[in-house]
Amino acid sequence: MLLNIKDLHVSIDGKEIIKGLNLGVNYGEVHAIMGPNGTGKSTLAAAIAGKEGYEITQGEIIYNGKDIMEFAAEDRAREGIFLSFQYPVEIPGVSMTNFMRTAVNEHRAYHNLGPIPAAEFLKKMEEKKKLVEIHSKLTSRSVNEGFSGGEKKKNEIFQMAILEPKLSILDETDSGLDIDALRTVANGVNMLKTEENAFVIITHYQRLLEHVVPDFVHVLYDGRIVKSGGKGLAFELEEKGYDWIKKEFEEA
Amino acid sequence: MSKEDNNILDEITQSEYKYGFVTDIETETAPKGLTEDTIRFISAKKKEPEFMLEFRLKAFRHWQKMMEPNWAHLNYPKIDYQDIIYYAAPKQKKELESLDQVDPELLDTFNKLGISLDEQKRLSGVAVDAVVDSVSVKTTFQDTLSKHGIIFCAFSEAVQNHPELVRKYMGTVVPYTDNYFAALNSAVFSDGSFCYIPKGVRCPLELSTYFRINAANTGQFERTLIVAEDSSYVSYMEGCTAPMRDENQLHAAIVEIVALDNAEVKYSTVQNWYPGDKNGVGGIYNFVTKRGICKGANSKISWTQVETGSAITWKYPGCILMGDNSVGEFYSVAVTNNRQQADTGSKMIHIGKNSKSTIISKGISAGKSQNSYRGLVKVTRRAENARNFSQCDSLLLGDRCGAHTFPYIESDNKSSVIEHEATTSKISDDQLFYCNQRGIETESAIGLIVNGYAKEVLNQLPMEFAVEAQKLLQITLEGSVG
Repeated sequence: MLLNIKDLHVSIDGKEIIKGLNLGVNYGEVHAIMGPNGTGKSTLAAAIAGKEGYEITQGEIIYNGKDIMEFAAEDRAREGIFLSFQYPVEIPGVSMTNFMRTAVNEHRAYHNLGPIPAAEFLKKMEEKKKLVEIHSKLTSRSVNEGFSGGEKKKNEIFQMAILEPKLSILDETDSGLDIDALRTVANGVNMLKTEENAFVIITHYQRLLEHVVPDFVHVLYDGRIVKSGGKGLAFELEEKGYDWIKKEFEEA
Repeated sequence: MSKEDNNILDEITQSEYKYGFVTDIETETAPKGLTEDTIRFISAKKKEPEFMLEFRLKAFRHWQKMMEPNWAHLNYPKIDYQDIIYYAAPKQKKELESLDQVDPELLDTFNKLGISLDEQKRLSGVAVDAVVDSVSVKTTFQDTLSKHGIIFCAFSEAVQNHPELVRKYMGTVVPYTDNYFAALNSAVFSDGSFCYIPKGVRCPLELSTYFRINAANTGQFERTLIVAEDSSYVSYMEGCTAPMRDENQLHAAIVEIVALDNAEVKYSTVQNWYPGDKNGVGGIYNFVTKRGICKGANSKISWTQVETGSAITWKYPGCILMGDNSVGEFYSVAVTNNRQQADTGSKMIHIGKNSKSTIISKGISAGKSQNSYRGLVKVTRRAENARNFSQCDSLLLGDRCGAHTFPYIESDNKSSVIEHEATTSKISDDQLFYCNQRGIETESAIGLIVNGYAKEVLNQLPMEFAVEAQKLLQITLEGSVG
């Protein structure tokens, strides 16, 4: 199993957001996590990625056979965990090329490899740019600076393509995208999907799931997974909304 | 000065040169304190012509009437000017036999900066093997320069060998009456560089103090004079990225640049004097007066500085834009960490018509440091269509440091256009987490973000300087977050 989360409790500033969550993700699988706003979806993503201030008070996160809870965020990344941000930040003056080369080289150093040769790196950039249909000018610009919403999200997928993670978590990558950008993001994921990696797609709507077919759909509500099912569950949610889930949960 | 005088001067100076300059200076040091006798002693020791002694004495008498300025946003204990030794003969530093004898902390920094082993030895005073003959490199360098008629030598050598040039230009840009520290420097300056580019010559090399013979240990009161004749060009680099230690706490330097018609001078500095320890103990007080005059039409002077060192920095490189269509530029990155304090910026004085100036200042404060930008843009009455653009940005790391901006604008001409932009920003936790999530650790992330922030300025540096300066910024800020 690539990711095994058991009875996870996460607090921010003393307030419990995740309240006993279980999730298992195998190699080659795509999981969708859905749910209304404010139920802990992004908190779960940040906690797996190791953001500071997200305190795990109980439970465990086993990734690739390792308890990663004591790992710094950069080490989790180097172990192959990638988070596509809901709101990618801008870093003025730092070119995408420079940023990615630094990232790639820090990954390589962690795995006892020397810096990537310049020619190899540029070739890789070109290859992946095509894959995610990213404008070649974007990579010479500063990280996310002046990018449109769609460009920022495509840029996340581009970085994912370069870093070749084992576990990719997409935090509302589909929100605010027009249909073309959505298709590009979906294509990117589909192209990168192999039997050696896995995806956790956090989303509000099922429209991304029309393009990236999930193996499992989970509904997160009040810090717990309250319902799991196949891809059919996503359509059901789209049709009926979340109210019935809430009702079901509160009755139980 | 008449030709005859010159000849006499030359004769005296040269004949004095014959007698061992080296033999009797080994341990000679002036007594502590500053009086007219000290000045006479220094001048005599340096075997200076009469005009130089007079200049020093005038400066000293003026200095005595002056008050140390206190308007800067700086806080330091009162300096006792009578407790300083103003002349110590440039005694040979004891050579070390190997790098094993050098402070390991210093070596660590050298390695982080990527300074070659030979260079490390040179900087830390280890005897260099005969194979790497740095003297021969310097000689080749000097040959190339003299082929073009370029003079590049120690200031004291210029006083001996080119007194007419020194006399003509010294003090014309920074008169000894300019300010307290300029007066002090004019009275007691130790040595420095002199550079003269003849008419129409484009200096084929980046001039760096590194290549100047006798450049070592110019001391605490450095004085530099650069003269660019009509239609000439020179790029000059001062300092180095390697940390510089000095037992003298007070430094007061002067740099003067004269650019005549169509001439261009590019002056780049990397200042990395010892900043003191984490609590601000020790560290250099750096009071510098740097100014250029664009004397001729269409002339241009460009200052680029990367300031990371010193406990106290007081420095406002500026340009007097006298020639019509002349251009002045100032690009600065000033980093302060721990207890460092910097009050730095630029002065642009517009006199010529259509004169243009640009000020790009990037301050970075970390730790408990205080970083101030202070600048003056002055447009005089006859400076028709003068233009200035100033941008002053501050970047804060942590919440115990300070960033301040004191821009002064004085305009006496309605046709002038003056723009001032300022921003203050912080490295956000979200930026750091974003980098971390891509596998970049926090220290590298700060380096990346800071270099991105300072890019506009770093791009102005000569290539070889720029790469080192980038690493230097990162090293300076190590341990400042988290």
